[in-house]
Amino acid sequence: MASAINRRQFLQLAGIGGVGVVFASALPGVARAARAEDFYFVQLSDTHWGFEGPPNPDAKGTLRKAVASVNALEQQPDFIVFTGDLTHTTDNPVERRRRMAEFKEIVGALRVKNVRFMPGEHDASLDYGKAYKEFFGATYYTFDHKGLHFIALDNVSDPRAVIGDEQLAWLAADLRQQRADAPIVVLTHRPLFDLMPQWDWATRDGAKAIELLMPYQNVTVFYGHIHQEHHHMTGHIAHHAAKGLMFPLPAPGSQPNRTPLPWDPAQPYKGLGFRSVDAEVAQAAYEITEHPVIRS
Amino acid sequence: MTSRRHVLSLAVVATALATGSVATYVLAQPAEKVIRIEAKRFDYTPGALTVKKGEPVVFELTSRDVLMGFNLPDFSLRADVVPDKVTRVRFVPDKTGTFTFLCDIFCGSGHEEMHGQVTVVE
Repeated sequence: MASAINRRQFLQLAGIGGVGVVFASALPGVARAARAEDFYFVQLSDTHWGFEGPPNPDAKGTLRKAVASVNALEQQPDFIVFTGDLTHTTDNPVERRRRMAEFKEIVGALRVKNVRFMPGEHDASLDYGKAYKEFFGATYYTFDHKGLHFIALDNVSDPRAVIGDEQLAWLAADLRQQRADAPIVVLTHRPLFDLMPQWDWATRDGAKAIELLMPYQNVTVFYGHIHQEHHHMTGHIAHHAAKGLMFPLPAPGSQPNRTPLPWDPAQPYKGLGFRSVDAEVAQAAYEITEHPVIRS
Repeated sequence: MTSRRHVLSLAVVATALATGSVATYVLAQPAEKVIRIEAKRFDYTPGALTVKKGEPVVFELTSRDVLMGFNLPDFSLRADVVPDKVTRVRFVPDKTGTFTFLCDIFCGSGHEEMHGQVTVVE
Protein backbone atom coordinates (compact mmCIF):
# COMPACT_ATOMS: atom_id res chain seq x y z
CA MET A 1 0.00 0.00 0.00
CA ALA A 2 1.50 3.27 -1.09
CA SER A 3 1.15 6.19 1.27
CA ALA A 4 -1.24 9.01 0.45
CA ILE A 5 1.73 11.33 -0.03
CA ASN A 6 3.10 9.06 -2.71
CA ARG A 7 -0.30 8.80 -4.29
CA ARG A 8 -0.70 12.56 -4.32
CA GLN A 9 2.72 12.94 -5.85
CA PHE A 10 1.67 10.37 -8.38
CA LEU A 11 -1.53 12.25 -9.19
CA GLN A 12 0.45 15.42 -9.69
CA LEU A 13 2.95 13.66 -11.90
CA ALA A 14 0.11 12.18 -13.87
CA GLY A 15 -1.31 15.65 -14.37
CA ILE A 16 -4.63 14.97 -12.70
CA GLY A 17 -3.77 16.13 -9.23
CA GLY A 18 -4.89 19.64 -10.01
CA VAL A 19 -8.55 18.75 -9.69
CA GLY A 20 -8.10 17.28 -6.25
CA VAL A 21 -9.47 19.36 -3.43
CA VAL A 22 -8.64 18.75 0.20
CA PHE A 23 -11.46 18.91 2.70
CA ALA A 24 -10.23 18.78 6.27
CA SER A 25 -12.78 18.50 9.01
CA ALA A 26 -10.35 17.78 11.82
CA LEU A 27 -10.07 20.01 14.83
CA PRO A 28 -6.58 20.98 15.94
CA GLY A 29 -5.00 18.43 18.22
CA VAL A 30 -7.28 15.59 17.26
CA ALA A 31 -6.14 12.32 18.77
CA ARG A 32 -4.54 9.95 16.31
CA ALA A 33 -6.32 6.68 15.81
CA ALA A 34 -4.18 3.75 16.88
CA ARG A 35 -4.60 1.95 13.55
CA ALA A 36 -4.65 5.04 11.36
CA GLU A 37 -3.21 4.44 7.93
CA ASP A 38 -3.89 6.59 4.90
CA PHE A 39 -5.67 5.03 1.95
CA TYR A 40 -8.08 5.92 -0.79
CA PHE A 41 -11.43 4.71 -1.98
CA VAL A 42 -13.55 5.35 -5.07
CA GLN A 43 -17.14 6.58 -5.08
CA LEU A 44 -19.45 5.89 -8.01
CA SER A 45 -23.06 6.96 -7.95
CA ASP A 46 -26.35 7.07 -9.79
CA THR A 47 -25.52 4.63 -12.56
CA HIS A 48 -29.27 4.21 -13.32
CA TRP A 49 -28.73 0.98 -15.22
CA GLY A 50 -31.79 0.41 -17.42
CA PHE A 51 -32.39 4.07 -18.25
CA GLU A 52 -32.91 4.88 -21.90
CA GLY A 53 -33.39 8.28 -23.45
CA PRO A 54 -31.84 11.30 -25.17
CA PRO A 55 -29.95 12.51 -22.06
CA ASN A 56 -27.53 9.64 -22.64
CA PRO A 57 -27.21 8.05 -26.10
CA ASP A 58 -24.61 5.69 -24.63
CA ALA A 59 -26.80 4.49 -21.78
CA LYS A 60 -25.63 0.90 -22.21
CA GLY A 61 -21.97 1.79 -22.51
CA THR A 62 -21.31 4.47 -19.90
CA LEU A 63 -21.13 2.19 -16.87
CA ARG A 64 -18.78 -0.22 -18.63
CA LYS A 65 -16.53 2.69 -19.61
CA ALA A 66 -16.48 3.90 -16.02
CA VAL A 67 -15.58 0.42 -14.79
CA ALA A 68 -12.73 0.35 -17.29
CA SER A 69 -11.54 3.75 -16.11
CA VAL A 70 -11.55 2.64 -12.48
CA ASN A 71 -9.67 -0.49 -13.46
CA ALA A 72 -7.14 1.70 -15.26
CA LEU A 73 -6.27 3.68 -12.13
CA GLU A 74 -2.59 3.02 -11.70
CA GLN A 75 -2.95 2.42 -8.00
CA GLN A 76 -6.13 0.57 -7.21
CA PRO A 77 -8.31 1.83 -4.35
CA ASP A 78 -8.76 -0.07 -1.11
CA PHE A 79 -12.46 -0.32 -1.86
CA ILE A 80 -15.22 1.08 -4.06
CA VAL A 81 -18.61 2.35 -2.96
CA PHE A 82 -21.74 2.86 -5.04
CA THR A 83 -23.99 5.44 -3.37
CA GLY A 84 -27.31 4.41 -4.79
CA ASP A 85 -29.56 4.42 -7.84
CA LEU A 86 -27.63 1.50 -9.20
CA THR A 87 -30.61 0.81 -11.45
CA HIS A 88 -33.32 2.96 -12.98
CA THR A 89 -36.75 2.34 -11.53
CA THR A 90 -39.32 0.06 -13.12
CA ASP A 91 -42.76 -1.07 -11.99
CA ASN A 92 -42.00 -4.59 -13.15
CA PRO A 93 -40.42 -6.68 -10.36
CA VAL A 94 -38.96 -9.11 -12.89
CA GLU A 95 -37.37 -6.31 -14.90
CA ARG A 96 -36.09 -4.72 -11.69
CA ARG A 97 -34.25 -7.91 -10.82
CA ARG A 98 -32.98 -8.29 -14.36
CA ARG A 99 -31.46 -4.80 -14.19
CA MET A 100 -29.87 -5.54 -10.84
CA ALA A 101 -28.41 -8.78 -12.17
CA GLU A 102 -26.98 -7.00 -15.21
CA PHE A 103 -25.58 -4.21 -13.09
CA LYS A 104 -23.96 -6.70 -10.75
CA GLU A 105 -22.42 -8.56 -13.67
CA ILE A 106 -20.98 -5.36 -15.19
CA VAL A 107 -19.44 -4.10 -11.95
CA GLY A 108 -18.17 -7.62 -11.31
CA ALA A 109 -15.47 -6.68 -13.81
CA LEU A 110 -13.97 -4.22 -11.32
CA ARG A 111 -10.47 -5.31 -10.38
CA VAL A 112 -11.07 -4.32 -6.77
CA LYS A 113 -13.33 -6.89 -5.20
CA ASN A 114 -14.06 -4.97 -2.00
CA VAL A 115 -17.17 -3.20 -3.27
CA ARG A 116 -19.86 -1.66 -1.08
CA PHE A 117 -23.34 -1.01 -2.38
CA MET A 118 -26.13 1.23 -1.24
CA PRO A 119 -29.66 1.66 -2.58
CA GLY A 120 -31.22 4.74 -4.13
CA GLU A 121 -34.94 5.39 -4.38
CA HIS A 122 -34.92 4.00 -7.92
CA ASP A 123 -33.64 0.67 -6.57
CA ALA A 124 -35.63 0.36 -3.40
CA SER A 125 -38.59 2.69 -2.98
CA LEU A 126 -41.21 0.72 -4.91
CA ASP A 127 -40.73 -2.52 -2.94
CA TYR A 128 -39.19 -1.27 0.32
CA GLY A 129 -35.79 -2.62 -0.72
CA LYS A 130 -36.92 -6.22 -1.25
CA ALA A 131 -35.20 -6.84 -4.58
CA TYR A 132 -32.19 -4.78 -3.56
CA LYS A 133 -31.60 -6.93 -0.48
CA GLU A 134 -31.81 -10.09 -2.58
CA PHE A 135 -28.92 -8.88 -4.72
CA PHE A 136 -26.86 -6.62 -2.49
CA GLY A 137 -27.70 -7.39 1.13
CA ALA A 138 -28.40 -4.96 3.94
CA THR A 139 -29.47 -1.44 3.06
CA TYR A 140 -27.71 0.11 6.07
CA TYR A 141 -24.59 -1.05 7.85
CA THR A 142 -21.24 -0.01 9.24
CA PHE A 143 -17.69 -1.05 8.59
CA ASP A 144 -14.26 0.05 9.72
CA HIS A 145 -11.29 0.52 7.48
CA LYS A 146 -7.81 1.44 8.68
CA GLY A 147 -9.07 3.51 11.58
CA LEU A 148 -11.98 5.14 9.77
CA HIS A 149 -15.53 4.33 10.79
CA PHE A 150 -17.99 4.16 7.89
CA ILE A 151 -21.75 4.35 8.37
CA ALA A 152 -24.01 3.60 5.41
CA LEU A 153 -27.46 5.11 5.96
CA ASP A 154 -30.60 4.14 4.06
CA ASN A 155 -32.89 7.09 3.34
CA VAL A 156 -34.64 5.55 0.34
CA SER A 157 -36.19 2.16 1.14
CA ASP A 158 -39.08 4.00 2.72
CA PRO A 159 -40.60 5.82 -0.28
CA ARG A 160 -41.35 8.79 1.97
CA ALA A 161 -37.59 9.50 2.00
CA VAL A 162 -37.27 8.92 5.71
CA ILE A 163 -34.56 7.14 7.65
CA GLY A 164 -37.08 6.07 10.25
CA ASP A 165 -36.99 5.75 14.01
CA GLU A 166 -35.66 2.20 14.00
CA GLN A 167 -32.62 3.05 11.89
CA LEU A 168 -32.06 6.29 13.81
CA ALA A 169 -31.99 4.29 17.06
CA TRP A 170 -29.50 1.91 15.41
CA LEU A 171 -27.40 4.92 14.37
CA ALA A 172 -27.49 6.37 17.87
CA ALA A 173 -26.40 3.04 19.35
CA ASP A 174 -23.53 2.77 16.88
CA LEU A 175 -22.36 6.31 17.55
CA ARG A 176 -22.31 5.69 21.28
CA GLN A 177 -19.47 3.24 20.61
CA GLN A 178 -17.37 5.98 18.98
CA ARG A 179 -15.00 8.49 20.53
CA ALA A 180 -16.05 12.10 20.16
CA ASP A 181 -13.02 12.68 17.91
CA ALA A 182 -13.32 9.45 15.93
CA PRO A 183 -13.01 9.97 12.17
CA ILE A 184 -16.44 9.06 10.79
CA VAL A 185 -17.61 8.89 7.20
CA VAL A 186 -21.32 8.67 6.46
CA LEU A 187 -22.39 7.25 3.11
CA THR A 188 -25.92 7.84 1.95
CA HIS A 189 -27.97 8.45 -1.17
CA ARG A 190 -30.09 11.52 -0.57
CA PRO A 191 -28.74 14.67 1.03
CA LEU A 192 -29.31 14.57 4.78
CA PHE A 193 -29.92 18.32 4.78
CA ASP A 194 -32.54 20.36 2.91
CA LEU A 195 -30.54 21.05 -0.23
CA MET A 196 -33.57 21.73 -2.44
CA PRO A 197 -36.83 20.33 -1.05
CA GLN A 198 -38.70 21.77 -4.06
CA TRP A 199 -36.83 19.19 -6.15
CA ASP A 200 -37.12 16.41 -3.59
CA TRP A 201 -33.44 16.87 -2.71
CA ALA A 202 -33.81 16.25 0.98
CA THR A 203 -34.40 13.57 3.59
CA ARG A 204 -37.52 14.20 5.60
CA ASP A 205 -35.93 13.24 8.92
CA GLY A 206 -32.35 13.93 7.86
CA ALA A 207 -32.06 16.64 10.51
CA LYS A 208 -32.42 13.94 13.16
CA ALA A 209 -29.42 12.07 11.75
CA ILE A 210 -27.38 15.27 11.63
CA GLU A 211 -28.36 16.01 15.21
CA LEU A 212 -27.06 12.59 16.25
CA LEU A 213 -23.82 13.15 14.33
CA MET A 214 -23.25 16.71 15.53
CA PRO A 215 -21.48 15.84 18.82
CA TYR A 216 -18.78 14.05 16.83
CA GLN A 217 -15.97 16.32 15.75
CA ASN A 218 -14.85 14.60 12.56
CA VAL A 219 -17.81 13.62 10.43
CA THR A 220 -17.90 13.78 6.65
CA VAL A 221 -20.80 12.72 4.42
CA PHE A 222 -20.51 11.39 0.88
CA TYR A 223 -23.75 11.03 -1.03
CA GLY A 224 -25.35 10.94 -4.50
CA HIS A 225 -28.90 11.55 -5.78
CA ILE A 226 -28.32 14.99 -7.32
CA HIS A 227 -26.06 13.86 -10.20
CA GLN A 228 -23.47 16.58 -9.73
CA GLU A 229 -20.60 17.59 -7.55
CA HIS A 230 -21.77 19.68 -4.61
CA HIS A 231 -20.23 20.66 -1.29
CA HIS A 232 -22.08 21.93 1.74
CA MET A 233 -21.48 22.37 5.46
CA THR A 234 -23.98 21.84 8.24
CA GLY A 235 -22.01 23.19 11.18
CA HIS A 236 -18.70 21.34 11.13
CA ILE A 237 -20.08 18.41 9.08
CA ALA A 238 -19.11 18.42 5.40
CA HIS A 239 -21.44 16.94 2.77
CA HIS A 240 -20.02 16.04 -0.64
CA ALA A 241 -22.37 15.02 -3.47
CA ALA A 242 -20.96 12.96 -6.33
CA LYS A 243 -21.53 13.13 -10.05
CA GLY A 244 -23.69 10.46 -11.61
CA LEU A 245 -22.96 8.07 -14.44
CA MET A 246 -26.10 8.35 -16.57
CA PHE A 247 -27.15 11.99 -16.92
CA PRO A 248 -26.24 15.20 -15.09
CA LEU A 249 -28.88 17.27 -13.34
CA PRO A 250 -28.99 21.08 -13.12
CA ALA A 251 -27.53 23.03 -10.24
CA PRO A 252 -30.07 23.51 -7.44
CA GLY A 253 -32.64 26.11 -8.47
CA SER A 254 -30.79 27.03 -11.66
CA GLN A 255 -33.80 26.25 -13.85
CA PRO A 256 -37.52 25.81 -13.21
CA ASN A 257 -37.48 22.01 -13.22
CA ARG A 258 -34.91 19.36 -12.35
CA THR A 259 -34.89 17.90 -15.84
CA PRO A 260 -31.66 16.19 -16.96
CA LEU A 261 -29.14 18.40 -18.71
CA PRO A 262 -29.07 17.62 -22.43
CA TRP A 263 -26.36 15.44 -23.90
CA ASP A 264 -23.73 17.52 -25.67
CA PRO A 265 -22.38 15.66 -28.73
CA ALA A 266 -19.40 18.01 -28.74
CA GLN A 267 -18.57 16.97 -25.18
CA PRO A 268 -19.93 13.47 -24.62
CA TYR A 269 -20.19 12.33 -20.99
CA LYS A 270 -19.89 15.93 -19.84
CA GLY A 271 -21.03 16.24 -16.23
CA LEU A 272 -20.63 12.53 -15.61
CA GLY A 273 -17.85 10.83 -13.74
CA PHE A 274 -16.64 9.25 -10.52
CA ARG A 275 -14.34 10.35 -7.75
CA SER A 276 -11.48 9.09 -5.72
CA VAL A 277 -11.16 10.06 -2.08
CA ASP A 278 -7.78 10.07 -0.40
CA ALA A 279 -8.35 9.68 3.31
CA GLU A 280 -5.78 11.09 5.66
CA VAL A 281 -7.18 9.28 8.63
CA ALA A 282 -5.30 10.95 11.47
CA GLN A 283 -6.36 14.40 10.25
CA ALA A 284 -9.83 13.28 9.14
CA ALA A 285 -9.01 15.07 5.91
CA TYR A 286 -10.15 13.97 2.47
CA GLU A 287 -8.70 14.85 -0.88
CA ILE A 288 -11.37 14.48 -3.51
CA THR A 289 -10.34 14.00 -7.11
CA GLU A 290 -13.02 14.02 -9.80
CA HIS A 291 -12.47 11.71 -12.75
CA PRO A 292 -14.23 11.78 -16.12
CA VAL A 293 -15.97 8.67 -17.46
CA ILE A 294 -13.21 8.18 -20.00
CA ARG A 295 -9.72 8.96 -18.82
CA SER A 296 -7.55 10.55 -21.44
CA MET B 1 -58.70 43.20 10.08
CA THR B 2 -59.42 40.54 12.65
CA SER B 3 -60.92 42.97 15.12
CA ARG B 4 -63.11 44.50 12.36
CA ARG B 5 -64.37 41.05 11.42
CA HIS B 6 -65.03 40.36 15.08
CA VAL B 7 -67.08 43.53 15.39
CA LEU B 8 -69.03 42.65 12.25
CA SER B 9 -69.72 39.17 13.59
CA LEU B 10 -70.98 40.59 16.84
CA ALA B 11 -73.21 42.95 14.91
CA VAL B 12 -74.59 40.10 12.85
CA VAL B 13 -75.19 37.99 15.94
CA ALA B 14 -76.99 40.91 17.51
CA THR B 15 -79.11 41.25 14.39
CA ALA B 16 -79.80 37.55 14.35
CA LEU B 17 -80.88 37.58 17.95
CA ALA B 18 -83.09 40.59 17.34
CA THR B 19 -84.77 39.18 14.27
CA GLY B 20 -84.67 35.53 15.20
CA SER B 21 -82.98 34.87 11.91
CA VAL B 22 -80.29 32.22 12.24
CA ALA B 23 -79.80 32.18 8.49
CA THR B 24 -78.48 35.72 8.52
CA TYR B 25 -75.74 34.70 10.92
CA VAL B 26 -74.72 31.62 8.93
CA LEU B 27 -74.44 33.59 5.70
CA ALA B 28 -72.16 36.05 7.40
CA GLN B 29 -69.48 33.42 7.99
CA PRO B 30 -67.14 33.52 4.98
CA ALA B 31 -66.84 30.00 3.66
CA GLU B 32 -63.24 29.05 2.96
CA LYS B 33 -62.49 28.39 -0.64
CA VAL B 34 -62.03 24.73 -1.45
CA ILE B 35 -59.62 23.66 -4.17
CA ARG B 36 -59.79 20.05 -5.23
CA ILE B 37 -56.53 18.55 -6.47
CA GLU B 38 -56.36 15.07 -7.91
CA ALA B 39 -53.06 13.24 -7.99
CA LYS B 40 -52.23 10.35 -10.26
CA ARG B 41 -49.01 8.95 -11.55
CA PHE B 42 -47.35 11.32 -12.54
CA ASP B 43 -49.20 14.61 -12.30
CA TYR B 44 -51.63 16.75 -10.40
CA THR B 45 -54.89 18.14 -11.76
CA PRO B 46 -54.93 21.10 -11.73
CA GLY B 47 -51.20 21.52 -12.06
CA ALA B 48 -51.30 25.26 -11.58
CA LEU B 49 -53.53 27.28 -9.33
CA THR B 50 -53.81 30.81 -8.07
CA VAL B 51 -54.81 31.97 -4.60
CA LYS B 52 -54.91 35.29 -2.82
CA LYS B 53 -52.56 36.28 -0.09
CA GLY B 54 -54.21 36.18 3.30
CA GLU B 55 -57.28 34.30 2.12
CA PRO B 56 -57.44 30.83 3.62
CA VAL B 57 -58.13 27.96 1.25
CA VAL B 58 -58.64 24.28 1.82
CA PHE B 59 -56.94 21.82 -0.49
CA GLU B 60 -58.95 18.64 -0.93
CA LEU B 61 -56.43 16.09 -2.09
CA THR B 62 -57.20 12.71 -3.61
CA SER B 63 -55.14 10.08 -5.38
CA ARG B 64 -56.47 8.07 -8.26
CA ASP B 65 -53.91 5.28 -7.98
CA VAL B 66 -51.11 5.01 -5.40
CA LEU B 67 -49.99 6.74 -2.21
CA MET B 68 -48.63 10.18 -3.11
CA GLY B 69 -47.26 13.15 -1.28
CA PHE B 70 -48.29 16.77 -1.55
CA ASN B 71 -45.48 19.01 -0.41
CA LEU B 72 -45.38 22.79 -0.63
CA PRO B 73 -41.94 23.35 0.94
CA ASP B 74 -41.97 27.14 0.89
CA PHE B 75 -44.88 27.07 3.32
CA SER B 76 -43.81 23.95 5.26
CA LEU B 77 -47.06 22.35 4.17
CA ARG B 78 -47.28 18.67 3.36
CA ALA B 79 -49.67 15.75 3.49
CA ASP B 80 -49.94 12.16 2.42
CA VAL B 81 -52.44 11.72 -0.40
CA VAL B 82 -54.10 8.38 0.07
CA PRO B 83 -56.07 6.59 -2.66
CA ASP B 84 -59.86 6.60 -2.19
CA LYS B 85 -59.67 9.14 0.58
CA VAL B 86 -60.02 12.91 0.72
CA THR B 87 -57.22 14.61 2.60
CA ARG B 88 -57.96 18.19 3.60
CA VAL B 89 -55.18 20.67 4.17
CA ARG B 90 -55.78 24.27 5.17
CA PHE B 91 -53.52 26.80 3.55
CA VAL B 92 -53.18 30.46 4.48
CA PRO B 93 -50.75 32.03 2.02
CA ASP B 94 -48.76 34.73 3.75
CA LYS B 95 -46.45 35.73 0.90
CA THR B 96 -46.82 36.35 -2.80
CA GLY B 97 -45.00 34.60 -5.62
CA THR B 98 -45.01 31.35 -7.51
CA PHE B 99 -44.16 28.25 -5.53
CA THR B 100 -43.63 24.63 -6.41
CA PHE B 101 -45.56 21.77 -4.88
CA LEU B 102 -44.39 18.25 -5.51
CA CYS B 103 -44.89 14.60 -4.78
CA ASP B 104 -42.41 13.65 -2.07
CA ILE B 105 -43.28 9.94 -1.90
CA PHE B 106 -41.44 8.05 -4.62
CA CYS B 107 -44.08 6.70 -6.97
CA GLY B 108 -42.24 5.42 -10.06
CA SER B 109 -40.53 6.39 -13.28
CA GLY B 110 -42.18 9.80 -13.61
CA HIS B 111 -41.88 10.78 -9.97
CA GLU B 112 -39.29 13.47 -10.68
CA GLU B 113 -41.70 15.23 -13.04
CA MET B 114 -44.64 15.18 -10.63
CA HIS B 115 -45.02 18.73 -9.47
CA GLY B 116 -47.22 21.79 -9.85
CA GLN B 117 -47.30 25.47 -9.01
CA VAL B 118 -49.20 27.68 -6.63
CA THR B 119 -49.23 31.36 -7.47
CA VAL B 120 -50.11 33.68 -4.62
CA VAL B 121 -51.31 37.14 -5.64
CA GLU B 122 -52.21 40.25 -3.65
